[in-house]
Amino acid sequence: MASLRSFDFREYLKSLLYVFYIFRKPLAGFWDLIHEGKGSMAAAHTFVLLMIVVQVLRQTVSNFQFVNINMESFNIVMVFMQIIIPMFLWCVANWSLTTLLDGKGKLSHIYMGAAYALAPMIIIDAALIPVSHVLTYDEAMLYDMFTQIGIGWFVLLLLCAMKEIHDYSFAKAIGSSLLTVLAIGIILFIFIMFFAVISDGIAYVISLIQEISMRL
Amino acid sequence: MKRFLCIVLACAMLMGVPVSVTASQTGSFTYIYNYWGIATPSPDAYTVTAFLLGDQFGIGHFVRPQHLFAIEDRLYVVDTGNSRVVTLRANPDGTHDLLEVRYYATMDGAATRFNGPMGLFVSDWGDVWIADTYNHRILHMDENWNVIREILQPEGSLLEEQHDFLPENVAVDFTRRLFVQTRHVNRGLMEFDRYGEFAVYTGAAPVFVGWWDRLWRRLQTQAQRDVQAPFIPTEYNNVRVDHEGFLFVTNTNSNVDSVRRLNTMGSDVLIRNGQFDIEGDVSWGNIHGITGPSQFIDIASLENDTFIAFDRVRGRLFSYDFQGNLLYVFGGVGNREGHFVEPSSLVSMGTTLFALDAHTGGITRFDFTDYGLAINNALDLYRRGLYEESAEYWQDVLRMNGNFRLAYLGIARSLLRQGYYREAMRYFRLENDAQGYGRAFRFYRRQWMEQYFWMFAVALGVVMIVPPVIKRINKVRREIKEA
Repeated sequence: MASLRSFDFREYLKSLLYVFYIFRKPLAGFWDLIHEGKGSMAAAHTFVLLMIVVQVLRQTVSNFQFVNINMESFNIVMVFMQIIIPMFLWCVANWSLTTLLDGKGKLSHIYMGAAYALAPMIIIDAALIPVSHVLTYDEAMLYDMFTQIGIGWFVLLLLCAMKEIHDYSFAKAIGSSLLTVLAIGIILFIFIMFFAVISDGIAYVISLIQEISMRL
Repeated sequence: MKRFLCIVLACAMLMGVPVSVTASQTGSFTYIYNYWGIATPSPDAYTVTAFLLGDQFGIGHFVRPQHLFAIEDRLYVVDTGNSRVVTLRANPDGTHDLLEVRYYATMDGAATRFNGPMGLFVSDWGDVWIADTYNHRILHMDENWNVIREILQPEGSLLEEQHDFLPENVAVDFTRRLFVQTRHVNRGLMEFDRYGEFAVYTGAAPVFVGWWDRLWRRLQTQAQRDVQAPFIPTEYNNVRVDHEGFLFVTNTNSNVDSVRRLNTMGSDVLIRNGQFDIEGDVSWGNIHGITGPSQFIDIASLENDTFIAFDRVRGRLFSYDFQGNLLYVFGGVGNREGHFVEPSSLVSMGTTLFALDAHTGGITRFDFTDYGLAINNALDLYRRGLYEESAEYWQDVLRMNGNFRLAYLGIARSLLRQGYYREAMRYFRLENDAQGYGRAFRFYRRQWMEQYFWMFAVALGVVMIVPPVIKRINKVRREIKEA
């Protein structure tokens, strides 16, 4: 409760709006985000949360000409997972890698950088929701273009964030990011294998118990 | 007893046994795929009106009959196992009479018997062609079955040496060219000119070689390549001429379009604007080993370019409209009315369908229900561009089946034509037609802009005029004060 009471709303708002400085000067922005304490974890959480909210809205209230999913099979938890899990994997995989590659960033820094990098996608996707109700199917190219700009911007910001947080050169930032993607693949593979082994193990024990109980 | 039934039913449901609740008395089940590719029930479009066996006409059972042909009110049954052709007549009152049974044709004054014929074609001017398969010949006869010409294996037709000439299906177009689907021939159809001279192979399906196959082949040695199955065009299994003179061919190769509609040049002109490929079932499970994609073996086409494809895997009939939209699916595998054990041929007489089962030797006759007729009538008008007129029939269809996508789109298009953009948008939205919706919406947007443009103009004017005026007033006031 104490932490909540000491929560400085003005500081929070300042760290939230700092993202616009990042838009203008990504490199300096991400450097100061970490090293000058301009960013806050609260703002990072806010961006992730906003991303989830915007993606849910995009899939539910956009005009069906551009986003059409079967509402019978729509699952809000899935949208949640689609954002949280990659985020989590990226942070863990990147941190694991960069500690070996003289990265300066801490886990919380990586998370903060990635969360701040989401901002352009949040803004563009949010703006596209009302726009989707004004455009027609023939103008889908425009819609797609803006979606792609959002993604491209996000990727660029993420690279800048990784560069500044770990104090890398650009080439190293790109290389470590590619390796991170590979590491995510390895983590997923081990995860799936682990679960398969566990379930097989449990099945084995169950069948063993059944066998024994029938013999008795 | 009732309680027992309930328990049995509950058990069946728990065990995952599908408890089918059939809507109609005939026990048939008609369905259609909705926008999301899920099979949804539909009223019966076709219903069984007769089941014909050879025995009924006192000529003994049909034995492995392979082909049906219909012209005017005559139905020809190519009774392959008995090496004969049986002609029936469909009377307007729904009964059927035996016209004649043919075991032989007359050639040079002598009778020449058929041997396992598999295909037949009768032209509007009365000439008859028969694919006399196991005699390795095609006979061209006049209306009295006097042979005009006997077509044997053509010289230089490049038929591979080890294979006999086994013509299975024949079709003749309005230029009197003869198209023959022959077993073991993968170069397409054999085309003969009107004098029975072999002309050319036509309409072969393009060979599909995936990038993986390409890569794999590149890595292989010559010896490995030699033993591997070569990439050759697929064999057709049937050929039909539709009312416009185009050739419908079918094949069962999963890499090639199941149905192709060939023009006189031999290229495919089938319109595929439907939501799903013209490949039969969109998804399937495994029921007692019956699985995999549909395999079409015959096509029956109606006057309005609707065509019905016969699937030999599940004994189903898939009806497609002139744009390639799936209309309804019915039939099935089994020993029940409207079901088939070994589908072999399908033909249309007007809008009536006759489907042949090689195993039972029975011919199942299907006729339109009110539902099927409403769809057909709507399509008749719709195809001619009479959207407003067709909308009335689409309304009828919707009353009988709220799941019928085309009806919504038909009504939407008619509303769009009449300028009811809002309503059209609603109907397009209901069936997830983004393109149609976009078209209606563009008109609606323009209308809306024209209607409310003055608001924007006024707002703009206010924004541009009011602040300077206020400034001015303040200035004047200040000056007055100072003065």
